[in-house]
Amino acid sequence: MNPRLLPYVLILPVTLFLCLFFLYPFVLVAQQAFSNSSGFTMSNFRDVTEHWKFPISLKNTFLLALAVVPIQLALSLLMATMVTKMKKGRDLILYVWTIPLGISDLAAGIIWLAIFEQSGFLNSMMGGLGLIDSPTNFLSYTSPVMVFVAIMLAEIWRATAIMLVILVAGIGLIPKEYYEAGEVFGATPWQRFLKITLPMLRPSLQTALVLRVILAFEVFAVVQALGGTLFPVLMGETYAYQFELLNSGAAAAIALIILAISITFTLIIMRALRVPKGATI
Amino acid sequence: MAVIEIKNVAKRFGEYQALHDINLTIADQEFMVLLGASGCGKSTLLRIICGLETASEGEIWIDGKRVDHLAPKDRGISMVFQNYAVFPHLTVFENIGFGLRMQKLPNDEVKRRVERTAGLMHIEQLLSRYSGELSGGQRQRVAVARALAMEPDVILMDEPLSNLDALLRMEMRAELKGVLAESNTTAIYVTHDQVEAMSMADRISVMHEGKIVQAASPIEVYRNPAAKFVAGFIGNPPMNFLEASPQGGGKFSVAGHSFDGPSAANSNLQFAIRPEDMTLAENGFPAVAKVVEPLGAHLLVTCELDGKLFRAILDSEMQVKPGETLKLSPVQDRIRWFDPETTLAVA
Repeated sequence: MNPRLLPYVLILPVTLFLCLFFLYPFVLVAQQAFSNSSGFTMSNFRDVTEHWKFPISLKNTFLLALAVVPIQLALSLLMATMVTKMKKGRDLILYVWTIPLGISDLAAGIIWLAIFEQSGFLNSMMGGLGLIDSPTNFLSYTSPVMVFVAIMLAEIWRATAIMLVILVAGIGLIPKEYYEAGEVFGATPWQRFLKITLPMLRPSLQTALVLRVILAFEVFAVVQALGGTLFPVLMGETYAYQFELLNSGAAAAIALIILAISITFTLIIMRALRVPKGATI
Repeated sequence: MAVIEIKNVAKRFGEYQALHDINLTIADQEFMVLLGASGCGKSTLLRIICGLETASEGEIWIDGKRVDHLAPKDRGISMVFQNYAVFPHLTVFENIGFGLRMQKLPNDEVKRRVERTAGLMHIEQLLSRYSGELSGGQRQRVAVARALAMEPDVILMDEPLSNLDALLRMEMRAELKGVLAESNTTAIYVTHDQVEAMSMADRISVMHEGKIVQAASPIEVYRNPAAKFVAGFIGNPPMNFLEASPQGGGKFSVAGHSFDGPSAANSNLQFAIRPEDMTLAENGFPAVAKVVEPLGAHLLVTCELDGKLFRAILDSEMQVKPGETLKLSPVQDRIRWFDPETTLAVA
């Protein structure tokens, strides 16, 4: 075997697999989005974006991402820093903190529904403590803020650990000597975090944020379980078009819009957190 | 301007005692080298002086002020790290100015000091680069410039040249010595390289198993080792040792020959001599040459003498073949004696 060809031969199976099960369906979806019975058209996009629910679900999706991702970023940085400082029991804490990762997003939504619904844990606890006389329905159309907060909490609970794991690995790669140099040259612990940890963590922050932001724009099951139709999001609309309205052209169009948003944000994050040439460890 | 006093410093890591009761005074503007093999506690001592490690016992005084409870930045010190610790995400300029920025000095003062120290280390043309674009030697220069830019009273260096190749190390050795002499700082330099220690130090503290065995000028450490460990550690190759038994009247018998030894001692001693202090003489020790190594400037001969390996450095013109018996005689006033019980030198 020619050693120059070998690497390409080795990546061939996975490339074929991805072409067959990712690229090909993707092309089909794109085709579906841009065509109707009479050939090429933009009408699917027009229909989708002109529908009254589109601006609401777009706004909701962005609002949720904007509310959840910064909190998750701050939380995961805090948790990662704390875990890194631990001498004993570090692995145990990490396992506990990453348990939500092993639960599907629908199950996570149902767990939080069990807390917030009228006969849920929160109501029975508050009733038991004598804080309320009769159970209230937190997740009703009369309390949209509460619905939003419940979805936020569930999302934070469910998906912070994915960022945490990436950041813990990233912090572990920063050599201790940099912190010692920082200390000797007068940086306070907070300054060491700002001037050493954060900039040297850029590659991990990039990965964590890209992954998390893409997931945030694809949010679906948690919202479905907790908000139902009270809180429409883009992915929910895709589902509705495909399975309720049986309009796969429109579903494909909205899926492509989500993809475009994801790609845009990925590029923005990559650009904002890029490491200048020669500035790597 | 800073005298450093280390008083009764001890350090324990759990059960392990890394440092035992260290006492050392380093004079103002002195270049002190802590020399020892890995694990002897020299880096731990440096880190205690620096404040990155706390002593289990004892006190550190710098410039008449007790500092062992102070943060590193309040001790008037700065440090050059073994792996340089030049921040990869900052330019050379910002690296050198890092400590100054932390002190919130005005921009023009930072610029002035960075440019001055960069000039001293001959890296002014690299100020806008990142460390990934620098060679090991250049990074080393940045690390030294960063330490000097603080205008510290004391500069601490932890094996700063150990990651450089041999030629560059020799060059940096001389340059570093010159720059530090001009900066009027007190310097503590940790190394395991005795050539570095001998060539740079005003005074060497030889450390072994968490203790300072001898603190003296390089030539004193070389000529008059205070303990057998120093004699066997310093010098390449180190001193030779032979068993000596007392014959009374200050005479000692060594491998069948009689030598004048310490008059007060009348127990068994060890006779020690440097390889270069052996000459060929008719009445010398008979030694069988085992290995002959021509080193250019001289000839290193490893022989067997009194059942032990014994090294002699002879003139490179000599023709010696393995198996040949040489007659080796020590230079009388270079002979040193050690007590095998205490391992200390006996005069």
